[in-house]
Amino acid sequence: MITSKEVMETNRMIGEQNLDVRTITIGISLLDCIDSDPDASCDRIYEKITRTAENLVPTGEKIEREYGIPIVNKRISVTPISLVGGASCHIMSDFVKFARTLDRAAKTLGVNYIGGYSALVSKAMTAADELLIQSIPEALYVTERVCSSVNVGSTKTGINMDAVRMMGDVILDSAKDTKDMDCVGPSKIVVFCNAPDDNPFMAGAFHGVTEGDACINVGVSGPGVMRKALESCRDSDFETLCETVKKTAFKITRVGQLVAKEASKELGIPFGIIDLSLAPTPAVGDSVADVLCEMGLEYAGAPGTTAALALLNDQVKKGGIMASSSVGGLSGAFIPVSEDAGMIKAAEAGALTIEKLEAMTCVCSVGLDMIAIPGDTPATTISGIIADEMAIGMVNQKTTAVRVIPAIGKKVGESLEFGGLFGRAPVMPVNTASCAGFVNRKGRIPAPIHSFKN
Amino acid sequence: MAEKKEKVVITVVGKDTVGIIGKVCTTLAGHGINILDISQTIVSGFFNMMMIVDMTNSDISFSDCQKELAAAGKDIGVEIHCQREDIFDMMHQV
Repeated sequence: MITSKEVMETNRMIGEQNLDVRTITIGISLLDCIDSDPDASCDRIYEKITRTAENLVPTGEKIEREYGIPIVNKRISVTPISLVGGASCHIMSDFVKFARTLDRAAKTLGVNYIGGYSALVSKAMTAADELLIQSIPEALYVTERVCSSVNVGSTKTGINMDAVRMMGDVILDSAKDTKDMDCVGPSKIVVFCNAPDDNPFMAGAFHGVTEGDACINVGVSGPGVMRKALESCRDSDFETLCETVKKTAFKITRVGQLVAKEASKELGIPFGIIDLSLAPTPAVGDSVADVLCEMGLEYAGAPGTTAALALLNDQVKKGGIMASSSVGGLSGAFIPVSEDAGMIKAAEAGALTIEKLEAMTCVCSVGLDMIAIPGDTPATTISGIIADEMAIGMVNQKTTAVRVIPAIGKKVGESLEFGGLFGRAPVMPVNTASCAGFVNRKGRIPAPIHSFKN
Repeated sequence: MAEKKEKVVITVVGKDTVGIIGKVCTTLAGHGINILDISQTIVSGFFNMMMIVDMTNSDISFSDCQKELAAAGKDIGVEIHCQREDIFDMMHQV
């Protein structure tokens, strides 16, 4: 029988330490919606999404009520649209139709984001892939809830530098298009290396082609709970610290597993994976940076941060894996700047730089995330930042990603206000030395050798 | 093997006053909900109670029971929450 102490502990985690399930995401395959006529294809897509996910929001709310655990987001990911629209899209506006359809379906269902306006081009691009990538700024401008991602590299194929170069322009154009809305466009664009097929977290979620017809993926959270737990081991050694992280990750993940199983049963859709990521929100006390500080750093970004993050990331996985029957997605710790009050504080204090964040991405999921950069940063520099991050993922056989936001008309010291879960992004300085000569080369960076590891 | 019970955890938090347990128990009894375990503490006038109940033979749904208890709590100035037991089991028992 459970004890009142355990009940109180759980309810304190929920009530005071922001424990929540970050997202229930239904992945839906749209491969059976392909048609040579774009309008017919869009009709099928709308019908399939609204039918499959019809009960997503009410079911999520029911689980919230019954277990007393908040489920912050209910979302949808779909098959990369470049594949679905390949047969019917011959001009950019055809693809934009698909984006509008996804947006309309999301609004009908009451989900806040729908991911999958994506292309997988790690080796090369088809004509459809290219068209979709070029259409991203417009697609995000005319829609509200659509998220886009492009996988431009992998350990097996290398880095498609033509796509990297295009993405620099796409990100800059999208920021310019949305400059009256605090440049919100690029906050919905993720550039990936080694993108997972089953990631439930936006903006990078899509339903990979290796997945089934539909599945439920759940993203857990809980940096607030982790920080609170680590308060008890301020003077202890690393072994105790690691044990505490592991135990806490186990507890958090078990809640995710329960919610995933319930949602799967209620919706009649198979359970896919739990994503074990510690995902921060701008709310006070819900910060990954604060967890790092609790380990003994003055600010996230101080020397020792990469080691602390490596420890955190690894122990979260070790604790979480035992708690769930199926773990996937990105699984680790997220370090988005704008969505994390502690990261914002560190960036504004000058303790956290893009270069340090880049080092941190070597040891955690996912990458340079939600970072505002000066509005006058050239597209080639953005491509250079992307190329660096992709190289880290490619060589280290891990997922890396870039989600940077050029703050049009703004300089270091100012910030972008997104509000809600996206938070506030202080504009961070970018190295101004040019990389144009390098990123303007055509072709591909070949895959790395898988032996002689150093 | 024990039959599957629909176990629910009820927590009551608030300022201590006369008749809190009475009020909750009356509400539960009225709907055929059986109490399996009660524990309570009062720390500096702050009332904290946890109850495990079995709703297998309840004549109302979980969400109606939740609403009725929340309303009853409001009458006497305490917060009453109902949660399915599984969340605590999952988190604390390997």
